[in-house]
Amino acid sequence: MSKKHPLLKYLREEILPTVFCTGCGGGTVLNVYAHAIDELGIDPTTIVSVTGIGCSSWIPSPYYKADTLHVLHGRAIAFATGVKIKKPDMKIIVIAGDGDIAAIGGNHLIHAARRNIGLTVFLINNSIYAMTGGQASPSTPQGVPATTTPYGNPEPSFDFTQLAVASGASYAARWTTYHVFSLLKSMKKAITRKGFSFVEIISQCPVSYGKMVGKRTASDFLRLYKESSINIKKAASMKEEELENKIVIGEFVDKEREEFTEALRKINKRVQ
Amino acid sequence: MSTLSKDFKINKKAKIFEIAIDEDLCKGCSICIDFCPREVFENSDKINPRGYYQPKIKAEEKCSGCKLCELLCPELAIVIEEKQQ
Amino acid sequence: MNYSPIRQKYLKQLSGKTLFVQGDAACGYGAIYAGCDFFGGYPITPASEVAELLALEMPKVDGYCVQMEDEIASIASVVGAIWAGGKGMTATSGPGFSLMQECIGYAVMTETPCVIIDVQRSGPSTGQATKPAQGDVMQARWGTHGDHEIIALAPNSVQECLSLTIECFNLAEEYRTPVILLTDGEIGHLREKIVMPDPDDIRLTSRRFARKGESIFGGKLIPPMIEYGKGTFTHVTGSTHKENGMRDVETQSVHDKLITRIYAKIDKNREKIIRVEKEFIPDGEYAVVAYGATSRPAKGAVIKARKEKKKIDFLRLITIWPFPRDEIRELGKRVKKIFVPEMNLGQISREIERFVDCEVVPVSKIGGITHSIDEIYKAICE
Repeated sequence: MSKKHPLLKYLREEILPTVFCTGCGGGTVLNVYAHAIDELGIDPTTIVSVTGIGCSSWIPSPYYKADTLHVLHGRAIAFATGVKIKKPDMKIIVIAGDGDIAAIGGNHLIHAARRNIGLTVFLINNSIYAMTGGQASPSTPQGVPATTTPYGNPEPSFDFTQLAVASGASYAARWTTYHVFSLLKSMKKAITRKGFSFVEIISQCPVSYGKMVGKRTASDFLRLYKESSINIKKAASMKEEELENKIVIGEFVDKEREEFTEALRKINKRVQ
Repeated sequence: MSTLSKDFKINKKAKIFEIAIDEDLCKGCSICIDFCPREVFENSDKINPRGYYQPKIKAEEKCSGCKLCELLCPELAIVIEEKQQ
Repeated sequence: MNYSPIRQKYLKQLSGKTLFVQGDAACGYGAIYAGCDFFGGYPITPASEVAELLALEMPKVDGYCVQMEDEIASIASVVGAIWAGGKGMTATSGPGFSLMQECIGYAVMTETPCVIIDVQRSGPSTGQATKPAQGDVMQARWGTHGDHEIIALAPNSVQECLSLTIECFNLAEEYRTPVILLTDGEIGHLREKIVMPDPDDIRLTSRRFARKGESIFGGKLIPPMIEYGKGTFTHVTGSTHKENGMRDVETQSVHDKLITRIYAKIDKNREKIIRVEKEFIPDGEYAVVAYGATSRPAKGAVIKARKEKKKIDFLRLITIWPFPRDEIRELGKRVKKIFVPEMNLGQISREIERFVDCEVVPVSKIGGITHSIDEIYKAICE
């Protein structure tokens, strides 16, 4: 029986194993993503991966084998917009971290969702700036002593999926790296939806984040995700106090509307 | 961790699965050991070529082919294949 | 043929026509003549009119003009569109130009051929938003961090806004680099008569695409490009990278080789890139060196001075970067003094000083009003 996973063919195999820390959720996302592309039967030559800077950016760059655009910190969605307008029939997929997409890149996230440009955005939320050693991110919970908040984070944290919904995303969902089967289904939907599709993936960082919160193994986090996740359908009938410290997972919105490059092409047709 | 393993009985007509762990990729994170619903894996002292403690396949015959370990693995190091009978 | 049928038809209809338009609009037309099919921009005085012209005209040639949420997104979308096979441009002024610097560096590092129009206005900061200046000259050279060369051209008429924009696109494709059109609020908002060229007379530099197995980040001084979606699985990154595009920040020689080559693309081709307008008289004793809007009253001052029998050479810089050092050296050996009128406190004058032993006299005027002929004439005569 072969020892190599058949889906390794979707990765740049010559540089494996990954440089991800032991138990990094980013690796799980890479795994599920490869499954999603495979199950959808998508030809990798029709994909462009765009990403910014951070540990999560290593999922598409360099590991996933496709045309890759590894850009400036926070700007992946802006670059991806240009790629999509020129290549509307290709799958333009942004995979990057919470700091990258929603801190420095927040403005681009909001406007891409508002335009409903046909990008697929996977936001890997590990609640920390891991690559640079553990600084607080907009999703670091209040009270956590990150390297730039050594007396405890004074800021409340962000709900990125709600931000995407409010900005106008066609498809927005949140899962964790424990809920891999639901995540796989959701990633497949996000990839095939026409409009702006967004999936937030709560992911473990047992090293840079783990040391701040006393969880040093991947399993510590996955147990937490398993125990504190509530599906959005159930959460709808729960009170705010009951939902404190819980992770609401599920599909938040799934409705198609006119996609941006379609609107642009319509104008061109009309004018010519 | 698992709630099933103690009372589990193997159905003779069930599908059989083979498990392989790629020792060139495994980083010994223990997710498979901790989350397999049937406790197929366990810790071991074996150090793989990468220098990590590699999980041991304790009870391959109990594998139900759910593939939770295969999908969770951050390194795509686990392959579950149905054995053709 | 240079163009798609729809663009050819559009340009043929314009061919030979006389238009009375602003410099900004001429830049827009220039982009269309250059084959630009993607413009990403953000409103800013005095550059908004470039976007406004292109918003009207781009759809007619099946191109796209998109208003992005900020200047950073503007240039980012342009770079993305270029790797997806497009020819892209953005336009802005000082504050936006400052925001774009990181991405200009990305375009340098990834060797992305793009055009950035900077319609300079009075700064620093918000400054005099509606008034012209020439204060971004050094920023165009060094605005982005790290060692790099850059190409920047300065038009001095509305007609040149059109022709130099085409030139910018050609230089970008030839040297696989971002190119800056350093215009200013004076020329940008000036209305002049221009004659629209015949598209059959336009020479365009085509993008060179890599053959199978050919490197796009090495192998030759100026490697070929690719277009996404052709099955090449190309990896483009702003990190230091090997010739196959994969990141390698550990090996010292990889960085050395990459940055040296990117630098050399422009540095070793200075003679081909640099354009100046020389008007030397046989026994010139003094010289006036000017560029952009200032070159017009400067030329007027030189003509006036020559009428008084003063022996004045005149040099107009069309290429600002790479700096025409050989032409300046030559001039410095001929004359006793070089006057440099600029709408800044002395940026090109500083650069000239590096290459000449003769005296360099900056004739600076800031505050948003161009020099008058008399102001420069007075300075020359002293």
